[in-house]
Amino acid sequence: MAAITSTRAGFRGSQKWQTRLNVLATLAALTLLAVLVVGIPMGWMVTTALKERTPIFAWPPVVWPNPVRFEHFTETLTAIPLLQFSLNTLVLCALSIVGRMASCSIVAFSFARLRFPGRNILFAVLLSTLMIPSQMILIPQFALFKTVGLVDVFNGYLPLVLPSFFGNAFFVFLMRQYIMTIPRELDEAARIDGASTLQVFWRIIMPLCKPPLVVITVLTFLWTWNEFMHPLIYITQFDSYTIQLGLNMLKGRFNIQWNLIMAGSLMAVVPCVVLYFFTQRYIVGGIASVGIKG
Amino acid sequence: MRIRLPKNTLARREAAEGLLGISPWLIGFLLFTAGPFVVSIVLSMTDWRIMIAPKFVGLQNYVQILTNDPNFWQSIRVTFTYVALALPLGLFAGLGLSLLLNQKVPGARAFGTLFYLPAVLSGVSVALMWMWLLNPDYGVVNTLLGLVGIQGPNWFWDPDWALPSVVLMSLWRVGGSAIIYLAGLQNISPHLYEAAEIDGAGRLAKLRHITIPMLTPTIFFQLVMELIDAFQVFTVIYVITDGGPMRSTLFYMFYMFRTAFEDFDMGYASALAWIMGLIILGFTALVFKSSPLWVFYESDVKQ
Repeated sequence: MAAITSTRAGFRGSQKWQTRLNVLATLAALTLLAVLVVGIPMGWMVTTALKERTPIFAWPPVVWPNPVRFEHFTETLTAIPLLQFSLNTLVLCALSIVGRMASCSIVAFSFARLRFPGRNILFAVLLSTLMIPSQMILIPQFALFKTVGLVDVFNGYLPLVLPSFFGNAFFVFLMRQYIMTIPRELDEAARIDGASTLQVFWRIIMPLCKPPLVVITVLTFLWTWNEFMHPLIYITQFDSYTIQLGLNMLKGRFNIQWNLIMAGSLMAVVPCVVLYFFTQRYIVGGIASVGIKG
Repeated sequence: MRIRLPKNTLARREAAEGLLGISPWLIGFLLFTAGPFVVSIVLSMTDWRIMIAPKFVGLQNYVQILTNDPNFWQSIRVTFTYVALALPLGLFAGLGLSLLLNQKVPGARAFGTLFYLPAVLSGVSVALMWMWLLNPDYGVVNTLLGLVGIQGPNWFWDPDWALPSVVLMSLWRVGGSAIIYLAGLQNISPHLYEAAEIDGAGRLAKLRHITIPMLTPTIFFQLVMELIDAFQVFTVIYVITDGGPMRSTLFYMFYMFRTAFEDFDMGYASALAWIMGLIILGFTALVFKSSPLWVFYESDVKQ
């Protein structure tokens, strides 16, 4: 009897050790990957921006910048008006966010809560547009804006923000799924108290929709901030450039001055990183629930 | 489709409100998706150089593309080589990472957040960062390789290595798909594993007979989305390689953009867009058609 208990204890002990070993091995693998995938690339970007000119071409490589140089940021900003371009891009972001929030929430609410003829078919159409590659409509959309004469309106910003005011299949889907999880009893109680559909939407549903609204806001910001091809097509005046168009000039302007190029790139990346870390709880959850990556 | 109008006034009112509510999307869909879609068919059969009025040329653009356009075939080859490399590598890396993140270890969530970061960064800044990371002489990648005695390649500046460099960049964003696989993993019922353990299944057996089959719907979805993504590679090429060296990174999207917005050959570019659309449609259909062979849906068993 005693022998059996002791072997059992021994078995349990070795199993405990094995799980501990597993945890350690997993942590080691994750740390190594994190250093390789995120640490080194981002770190290299930061140190390059802070180093003096010569150490970036030194052998063996200089890891820590000494002395630390912040002039690269100011030098980049005087050569290319990145601050102005950031402001331009923020205008685009703000308009796109407002448009998406307003249109997607109303459309999602209607799909989730109101019964109307053809609802299921229309929702299937909405979902199928997720599969249409956006490049398919790039040229005809340009042709459309060109023939209607809206290409140059508002510095070429109009074609960039106008579609945001007409919903977005991905966000409508995300938000509809979310609204479906809100108990219908809430609507019904409000209706019994005499609330109209608009009041139900505005007073009951919208206040509960913070998570999907955060996802819409943050992802729209990130996408608009990082978008390159559409601004490249529509924005022609230098003064109206977006941040990405400005960054594209860095390479030609500074040739091999990597300190300056990295300083400029860093200025565009930092807002995204900060915003992401503050809202990651919503973003990662929202993405995972629908299954689309940014 | 027959639309039956509801009889009572309350339901009729709700129907009207519903249609009004979705009208922003519906109008946008007609105006910015369906309309342009139809227009692009017509455009693809014209010779249109922006300044001059479009001239109808029938199928001439398509004939020209398929029979007498070396750039088209090169862009097809580049894009498909990229798909053949990036899709399987991304699948294995993404799955592997999600399995690691699914272990019960402290800080797994924080790691997930960290690995997802590259997926939210994109654009010119990221392209420039990679251009510097993969600099043949002073970049950190070749420096590290040099420390272990490997002479790193010339990456973007070598016709044989430029395309693999783009693949490497795509692997950097693997956290994006890992998060989705992770969500799939966490949806698998623990009962399945418990039952398997009682039957004496080891770790590998559980992976092969439970985890992978249960994850196939997620994998399936990811494959389709990444296939569409492969045809969108643009910014990296525009910023770093300009399609070179020696057309080795002439991605389809980049070639189409150049035709439309640098050569202003809009009709021809529309035809290119349609060919791409048909290719994507064909492949998506293939993946869908083959899905019963390898995708496992739990609901099928219950029926």
